[in-house]
Amino acid sequence: MAASYLSKSNKIIINNIKLSKFYMFRSLNHTSSVTDSVFSRRLIHSTTPPPLLNHAGIETGTFYRGFESVSGGRRSHTATSFSEEIDQLPVEAPLQQELNFPGGKVKFTPKRMFTPGSNEERTNCYRVLNENGELIVDNDSFKMSKELAVRMYTDMVTLQVMDTIFYEAQRQGRISFYLTTIGEEAINIASAAALKNIDFVFPQYREPGVLLWRGFTLQEFANQLFGNKYDQGKGRQMPIHYGSKKLNYITVSSTVATQIPQAVGAAYSMKMEKKDSCAITYFGDGGSSTGDFHAGLNFAAVMEAPVIFFCRNNGWAISTPISDQLRGDGVVVRGKAYGIPSIRVDGNDALAIYSAVYEARKMAIEKQTPVLIEALTYRAGHHSTSDDSTKYRPADEIEWWRDDQSPVKRFKKWIESNGWWSDQVEMEHRSSIRKQLSQAIQAAERVEKPPVADMFNDVYDVPPKNLNEQQDLLTKHIKKHAQEYPSNVAV
Amino acid sequence: MASSIIQRIGAATSFDTNNNYFHRRSFSGRQSSFVVVRSDGANITTRLKPNGGRTHHLVTNAVATKPHTSAASKPGHEILLFDALREGLEEEMDRDPRVCIMGEDVGHYGGSYKVTKGLAPKYGDLRVLDTPIAENAFTGMGIGAAMTGLRPIIEGMNMGFLLLAFNQISNNCGMLHYTSGGQFKIPVVIRGPGGVGRQLGAEHSQRLESYFQSIPGIQMVACSTPYNAKGLMKAAIRSDNPVILFEHVLLYNLKETIPDEEYVLNLEEAEMVRPGQHVTILTYSRMRYHVMQAAKTLVNKGYDPEVIDIRSLKPFDLHTIGNSVKKTHRVLIVEECMRTGGIGASLTAAINENFHDYLDAPIVCLSSQDVPTPYAGTLEEWTVVQPPQIVAAVEQLCQ
Repeated sequence: MAASYLSKSNKIIINNIKLSKFYMFRSLNHTSSVTDSVFSRRLIHSTTPPPLLNHAGIETGTFYRGFESVSGGRRSHTATSFSEEIDQLPVEAPLQQELNFPGGKVKFTPKRMFTPGSNEERTNCYRVLNENGELIVDNDSFKMSKELAVRMYTDMVTLQVMDTIFYEAQRQGRISFYLTTIGEEAINIASAAALKNIDFVFPQYREPGVLLWRGFTLQEFANQLFGNKYDQGKGRQMPIHYGSKKLNYITVSSTVATQIPQAVGAAYSMKMEKKDSCAITYFGDGGSSTGDFHAGLNFAAVMEAPVIFFCRNNGWAISTPISDQLRGDGVVVRGKAYGIPSIRVDGNDALAIYSAVYEARKMAIEKQTPVLIEALTYRAGHHSTSDDSTKYRPADEIEWWRDDQSPVKRFKKWIESNGWWSDQVEMEHRSSIRKQLSQAIQAAERVEKPPVADMFNDVYDVPPKNLNEQQDLLTKHIKKHAQEYPSNVAV
Repeated sequence: MASSIIQRIGAATSFDTNNNYFHRRSFSGRQSSFVVVRSDGANITTRLKPNGGRTHHLVTNAVATKPHTSAASKPGHEILLFDALREGLEEEMDRDPRVCIMGEDVGHYGGSYKVTKGLAPKYGDLRVLDTPIAENAFTGMGIGAAMTGLRPIIEGMNMGFLLLAFNQISNNCGMLHYTSGGQFKIPVVIRGPGGVGRQLGAEHSQRLESYFQSIPGIQMVACSTPYNAKGLMKAAIRSDNPVILFEHVLLYNLKETIPDEEYVLNLEEAEMVRPGQHVTILTYSRMRYHVMQAAKTLVNKGYDPEVIDIRSLKPFDLHTIGNSVKKTHRVLIVEECMRTGGIGASLTAAINENFHDYLDAPIVCLSSQDVPTPYAGTLEEWTVVQPPQIVAAVEQLCQ
């Protein structure tokens, strides 16, 4: 229904929904038996707003008006249409018959056929670069500037090196926790590259590459991981829970998929203020099972909100494989159920992701519609530093995906084939990043943690009395028993 | 009376000096122990330590008022409570284009209790948004919209439905300002009817204030009269913190004359309903009316109860409450929450901790029993605290 009404104004759509919501309620007890003309008279109505109902029905807020106008009188302009249909209802009904149910015209069929749960063939996956880094499509139909391609690749490498070094730092006990993006570098960087900085990002937690692309420095990453006083989040969140208002990237919240309806809300606010931007939210295959996912997609479709739903289907939700997470053809088919245009994309193909997100953004803003993108990929690393995935999946499977299907390798082959990159440059870049990272880590480690007094700020805009009291108590206690507490943390 | 004052002062100096906050308050309290604190900010600033913004908030937001039951200087207009809420909403939406409303049936239906009636035709379907049925989702939507610049008012059709939104309210609404290091603020207002109605069944008779009170980062207020409903609604919308405004299903048709001129109340302030000397009765929302009814009986019996509508459920206005306790030395809390873990339980703890030495008797808390609200009218009536119970409790307390 949504598609046919996209061109109409919001008011009409909301009216329709109101009417149809009501009609659905009222017609609950009736069967759609077309042979019973009394019944069919009741059920036949139009979903285009009868002009009379617009004001009268709405002002008094009494819904039975609409119903009575159909069953009682001929006020509704569907009078002529339904009387025609009544005439067309002989005992031997022709096969082509339809009815204006709430929600739109539906054709009838005497064939009792259950649509199978899944098709023989799965939805096709959009891919532009093959494993050898060769363009499958015509070179002319896909153009990307050297500058952009090299910048994308550089950031993918930076992300890879960053992940390796920070992961090691956790293993050495320097930071408490970390989670890598290995295998999903293309998703991170390419999708970020296709957006603009004004687009609001609602991440899950495996998207630091988006921040990296937008300008978050390695030092800022390190500061957050160490929770020192320079951290944007003031040391209040776990590692990898980055956030930056400046870069329009909402602080990561540990709860799974709660960011999905929040992204819809942001898109709604952009729609209200008629901004030339969209919202994007990332989540995994696991996140697509949550209630928030379903409600969020439904809302976005109903509200025609400019939001991109990016599902990183990497096959694993900690130890739950995709076959235990869902049945049906992945996440992309769900878009259709909600009335949302969707696409399945090769998550290891940076160019395909870039192209899909670029187009999705255009669609979202110009047509004011949500878009669902499912990127198929593989979580080549462990879920986090608290996980050892070899416990639940074969090591050679991990290796194959990590090495053979590596998005970084694939993209490298492509830019090398264009003469835009070389091994020498790669070596230099990697070693430069490694050096910067180790400097950043050392610096971040040395910076002191936020003061205890800061613990009570930002709970509210201004600390209330009870928090001030609690702070006072704590400060006095620490001062009195200073030897029991670390001396390098300011009070 | 005089002897008890001297005793009180004597007792104050012998406090354990480790209890510093207590000590500080006792000094400030002594100077003004018998001044009745009205619901205006004027008296408060002189006594509170100037520890920053909160006192300034008290001054700028509060309005110096006389108890509004007395004749106003200008003729106001008579209004029902749901309409007063709507008036507050409308004024704020006129004032700030970023204010918007979302919830089920708030648009053309006008809201389940008509609080948003007429707003959708005036402001459009986008600004007064009808949402599908998923409280977690539209609460999340409101939070996301708030983080990106809007000031949404999220309506739960019944407060009980907001239990579905608990994850978003607790983990995101309350926390994101803090965990983002102050980068993102969430100026939402979450409101809706709650409390025990007339035979609405257990699931529609919830007292959510008990469940939400622990969430750090949110504020909670409960309105009880058209006057404070409008004032608190406006204050909640203007606040940059997430505020949960509790309305009561049975109070929507209360009528009162409220001022024509604009006024905004203070979110953290309690309201002095009836000054008195013998006992402090603390209550909020619908129970205020049961208390006032009991007060009539008590006055006839010769008692002089002081009735305070605490209004601010999180944080408690311990200043007003404290002054009252220091005057009467007896406290009765009357609430609609269940006995376990309700607002009364927290308030009892807070008063005991802070004003223990001023109490002549243990605090008595009258609450609903720990049972789901039954449907049968007679049973339902007995789960809610009734005036005769309040009278009996006061008599017992004042022996």
